[in-house]
Amino acid sequence: MYLGRVIGTCVATVKYEGMQGYRLLIVEPVDDEGRVTGDPHVAVDVTQAGPGETVFLVGSREAALACDPSFVPVDAAVVGIVDALDVP
Amino acid sequence: MKLARVLGTVVSTIKHPAFDHRTLLYCDVLTPAGDPDGQRIIAVDHVQAGVGDTVLILDEGNGARQILGPTAQPVRAVIVGIVDEVELVR
Repeated sequence: MYLGRVIGTCVATVKYEGMQGYRLLIVEPVDDEGRVTGDPHVAVDVTQAGPGETVFLVGSREAALACDPSFVPVDAAVVGIVDALDVP
Repeated sequence: MKLARVLGTVVSTIKHPAFDHRTLLYCDVLTPAGDPDGQRIIAVDHVQAGVGDTVLILDEGNGARQILGPTAQPVRAVIVGIVDEVELVR
């Protein structure tokens, strides 16, 4: 599970039927200081996160399990909006 | 499992229900020698680890669900141990 920032949204009307009803967000992995630590990618949104928000995501099989139905071709899902990151 | 150091805590109120009532710790993955290898992981704490502790992180979904139960569907990384000492022989 990793930290990310939402940098955009993606609309796809024609897609695998299990994915209907889920917003697609474009996220880039970041670290606690906001530095980008990976490539941007598209993730299913489970928490109604908006652009610019810091979120945390889960990848691979667990991303599909965050969706309902869970047998969907999803390998990244935004599963939480980060209110604060307390790194002393 | 991965060796990591706990850097801090992640506070999140709007999240998937599987993460409710679970502490999320932001960790820095370490090499066996104890140096950060650049990867950061958010893991669900299961052993009351604190900031600064060196911990063991299980980063695999099936194991996470065995520990946290079937409701923890999208949980992938769980802190399963607090490391006291690492001894390298080479």
